[in-house]
Amino acid sequence: MTMLSPEEWEAVWLTLAVAARAVAFGLPLAVLTAWVLTRYRFPGRGLLNALVHLPMVLPPVVTGWLLLIVFGIRGPIGSLLLHWFGIRLVFTTAGASLACAVMTFPIMVRSIRLALDSIDGGLEQAARTLGAGWLDRLINITLPLASPGILVGGIVGYATSLGEFGAVITFAANIPGQTQTLPLAIYAALQSPGGETKAAELSMVSLTLALIGLLLSEWCGKRLNAMLGR
Amino acid sequence: MSFSVTLNHRFPSVRMDIAFQVPSPGVTVLFGPSGAGKSTIINAAAGLLRPDNCRIQVDGTVLADTGTNIWIPPERRRVGLVFQDSRLFPHMTVATNLRFGMRRVAPGSIHFDEVVDLLGVGALLNRRPHNLSGGERQRVAIGRALLAQPHLLLMDEPLASLDSARKAEILPYLTRLKTALHLPILYVTHALDEAVQLADSMVLLEAGHVVAHGTVSDVAARADLPLARRDDAGALLLCRIAENDVPRALTRLEGGGATFWVPLLDLPVGAGCRMRIPAREVILASQPPEAISLHNIVPGTVRRIAGDAVRRSVIVEIALPDGGLLSRVTPDAVAHLGLAEGVPVLALIKSTSIEVLGQ
Repeated sequence: MTMLSPEEWEAVWLTLAVAARAVAFGLPLAVLTAWVLTRYRFPGRGLLNALVHLPMVLPPVVTGWLLLIVFGIRGPIGSLLLHWFGIRLVFTTAGASLACAVMTFPIMVRSIRLALDSIDGGLEQAARTLGAGWLDRLINITLPLASPGILVGGIVGYATSLGEFGAVITFAANIPGQTQTLPLAIYAALQSPGGETKAAELSMVSLTLALIGLLLSEWCGKRLNAMLGR
Repeated sequence: MSFSVTLNHRFPSVRMDIAFQVPSPGVTVLFGPSGAGKSTIINAAAGLLRPDNCRIQVDGTVLADTGTNIWIPPERRRVGLVFQDSRLFPHMTVATNLRFGMRRVAPGSIHFDEVVDLLGVGALLNRRPHNLSGGERQRVAIGRALLAQPHLLLMDEPLASLDSARKAEILPYLTRLKTALHLPILYVTHALDEAVQLADSMVLLEAGHVVAHGTVSDVAARADLPLARRDDAGALLLCRIAENDVPRALTRLEGGGATFWVPLLDLPVGAGCRMRIPAREVILASQPPEAISLHNIVPGTVRRIAGDAVRRSVIVEIALPDGGLLSRVTPDAVAHLGLAEGVPVLALIKSTSIEVLGQ
């Protein structure tokens, strides 16, 4: 395999950074959503559940288009962000992260929900009789016990973010050095004459990253579960 | 001081209507079949279940009163709860588990080292719950509940998940605990052997109602209760060692206003113990027999006669000056001896059939 060119390296680093930001913002929100969905029954719970899972079943292009509608500079949230904080998401690196976060959100929520569901409710009850209030229980009992699921959710979310295509290209466009992540760079290479070698090289990088992500999540999950005595 | 519970709750299949008051401190055993309401009482006392109507009071502190809208949430109730399935936190060491409740209350009279010593868990402190045996786990769970400085300790079948060897390992710790702590303890069990060893008071429950409650010796000596129709039915007497006759290898016990001889015990004169006399081991007579190997011929009066159709036998309750005995005999024997309420009778008990339980 020939060495990657500086532009190709840029695409690799950009991809890693975009995915990292997607998980950094998406994961805490996914934990909160999963916790609310597993622990509380409230009107609109079904709707929230459906909304969370929508990106998984929608064509990614449609998700990207919906993001444009909502977060575009004339969109209801996008215009506010621009007006108040001067933040523009559309066609930016931050926008690519947002698209990745939305696309991987259902995967993260599902993994965390599974972990929360598997926690013995009796442990929280025991903590309660020992004087622990709800926040105390969440921090000291629920989250540590769900940590394998949260970590695995984060890693799988990260690995999936590396490969997001449709929503990213629709919402953030394909700008080299700004929003051109690996899959977008591969697509661009395939579109240009004589780009097959470049596409093959980038595909190998993509494959390697995905594999590392999967192995890492497996290993971390096992280690944490062993620590919890499961 | 006392501990009182009044509780009404309608479940889809059964209605609970429970009321009792027992002295505090002391161990109160809730005894009865599944679905009788034992767990309902425990959960309501802990605050994990909110009954339709209830009033729960411990030593002057009202924990819950639906009449005046008092409901202290479980996390502020200071009620220790030991579950059947220990429920230790798997991500914490034994020491961290023990300190969980302790760190969340003001320091109290129950100290860490004292509890570790009392329950013999010193060697386990750095282990994780999944490396412990069932009995060890239960001891840690008891310690964890105690260190939260509870005003009331609830134990929901703490030994039910253990085999008899593990049970025998823990019971002495529980008896030690009972004497070392001045706490009201509510103890749920299906097992009569746990009840007779630990109980000061007993509440008998059936289908959501209190069938009887009182001191353990009073409840155990009643022929009309379902307890008396068990195969292992028997009276329980609290007694004191009066004399150790070493040459004859006998110990004399005073209890229930009567004297009993049992094979020599290792307890000093004056020590307290409890004595269980199985109903099926008690022979009745109207005249003292002569030339017999028996040491115990206890005079009493027939207080009650109850039939047990299933076993085609009769349970006779014999009043002693300060307590009572049970005897299981045949209906024929009752007719033959002319037994009826108020008739004087002699209870003949082999000294080897009396079970002495340490206090």
